[in-house]
Amino acid sequence: MARAISTRSKIGWTFAAWAVALIIFFPILYTVITSLKTEPEAIAGFNLIPSFTLENYVEVQTQRDYFRPFMNSVIIAVGSTLLGIIIAVPAAWSMAFSPTHRTKDILMWMLSTKMMPAAAVLVPIYLLFRDFGLLDSRIGLTLMLMLINLPIVVWMLYTYFREIPGEILEAARMDGASLWGEIWYVLTPMAVPGIASTMLLNIILAWNEAFWTIRLTTTNAAPLTAFIASFSSPQGLFWAKLSAASTLAIAPILIMGWFSQRQLVRGLTFGAVK
Amino acid sequence: MGQITLKNVRKSFGATNIIPNINLEIENGEFVVFVGPSGCGKSTLLRLIAGLEDTTSGTIAIDGRDVTNEAPAKRKLAMVFQSYALYPHMTVAKNIAFPLKMAGESPETIEKKVADAARVLNLSNYLERRPGQLSGGQRQRVAIGRAIVRQPSAFLFDEPLSNLDAALRGTMRLEISELHNQLKTTMIYVTHDQVEAMTMADKIVVLNAGNIEQVGSPLELYRSPKNLFVAGFIGSPRMNLIEGNAAADHGAATIGIRPEHLSVSTTEGKWKATVGVAEHLGSDTFLHVTADGVGPLTVRTGGEIGAHHGDTIFLTPDAAKIHRFTPDGLAI
Repeated sequence: MARAISTRSKIGWTFAAWAVALIIFFPILYTVITSLKTEPEAIAGFNLIPSFTLENYVEVQTQRDYFRPFMNSVIIAVGSTLLGIIIAVPAAWSMAFSPTHRTKDILMWMLSTKMMPAAAVLVPIYLLFRDFGLLDSRIGLTLMLMLINLPIVVWMLYTYFREIPGEILEAARMDGASLWGEIWYVLTPMAVPGIASTMLLNIILAWNEAFWTIRLTTTNAAPLTAFIASFSSPQGLFWAKLSAASTLAIAPILIMGWFSQRQLVRGLTFGAVK
Repeated sequence: MGQITLKNVRKSFGATNIIPNINLEIENGEFVVFVGPSGCGKSTLLRLIAGLEDTTSGTIAIDGRDVTNEAPAKRKLAMVFQSYALYPHMTVAKNIAFPLKMAGESPETIEKKVADAARVLNLSNYLERRPGQLSGGQRQRVAIGRAIVRQPSAFLFDEPLSNLDAALRGTMRLEISELHNQLKTTMIYVTHDQVEAMTMADKIVVLNAGNIEQVGSPLELYRSPKNLFVAGFIGSPRMNLIEGNAAADHGAATIGIRPEHLSVSTTEGKWKATVGVAEHLGSDTFLHVTADGVGPLTVRTGGEIGAHHGDTIFLTPDAAKIHRFTPDGLAI
């Protein structure tokens, strides 16, 4: 049933929505503003109008190599996502299409691993990485990020696959499709949007992951998160430069997120409304 | 050809016996309707014939060939589902073409057969649309199109009209009957709607708790129901079932009289009754009355009758149309 909304309350709610959006977005906006200030301006206190200097960006580039951590971030984020999808698709598939009475328990157990504080397993994982020679390696980090995001990937894919009505698969069976015909012609095309939004979300999660990426790397495999952290140097904090580095680090994912937001929103609310 | 034989078919899920034991013969070209209340096992029975469920024991044969352990695709049956089960990512043309593609037909044959099916079902203008862009009735026609292109030995319909509104249901009912007249292929149709069963079937199979209560033509079931269940299930409005002295007068534990077999008079009759609700449908009037010494009854009478709440009327049952039942519920 449609509710009647008065113009005044419409204006009020629009205002409130914009205010909330601005509050959420403000830290990112202020980072960008600060990156366009000089260092003295940056430490002077709250100020929304920068002098629009680009010297921080130039300096960040000359002091440190941006390209290498950027490539590391790309490799680790995309690599862990692909690996995760390869493992999660069959897992989610079997749980969605031939569930047993234990399926729900397994799903809950997977999710429960996300409830554990990461710091609790820092030491054992660090030691394992050291013993297997995985410290500061792209392979090690890719594996780590794949593992920590795997529960979310399985859960998302599981919900997607569950939405595919069983009757459609039965119809394909009646129509003479073999198991592979069923998977290739019917299931996969219907699952592709779900797999795509799961991949997008996972890339973003992996890109932003800072706890493990900073602790398990030094230089070789350091992604952009470690690149930002490296600007808090012993000589003191250089806010403007730190902001420029942060802006450079989040820009790629921000742009990607902007272009894929429709797909992402659909992915996150999928199954909530029919 | 499409002769289907079920012999001692049993189906249980764990300890629950859905279908205890069924024997049934479906002749080639027959339109058979499985009808019964929700949970009576009619859909399960259809799915057993389709091969979407495995039988616990017993055999299913199509044209004399034992198909009990064959995959659905090998049985040469086509099924139309309640939810239509169209492939949402394919156009109408591709949906209809899918079974042909799976059968490895050449592109020219596929194109011709799809065009033919689309013409029969009035879908020619919608071939490039996707299911999401069609109305419910059109979707159902696409599902039927997908079924007919394969030229199956029998069609299976699982409550295909229950998602449609009343008007469209009436139209589609006629279209399916018309299709059966054209194709002369065996059709098995599952429904809980006894109007669909009565109007479409050559043969009705009434199911209750996984057992066949009676098999017969619509009029056979209407005229001589074998037991109380069939008597109460077939016919709309339902047959009045009367126990007690009124039944004992006819030498039975229970008697049944259909609403249309009671004549109404304002002056005299066998049973005196008080009118409760009167439903005026225009062509007919359904009077829900309480008769002295008999109990609540439904009466079907002419559309123009002026009976209202609280009026006293007199009812006389047509003696030749009274059904008599034993205490076990079997017809005498």
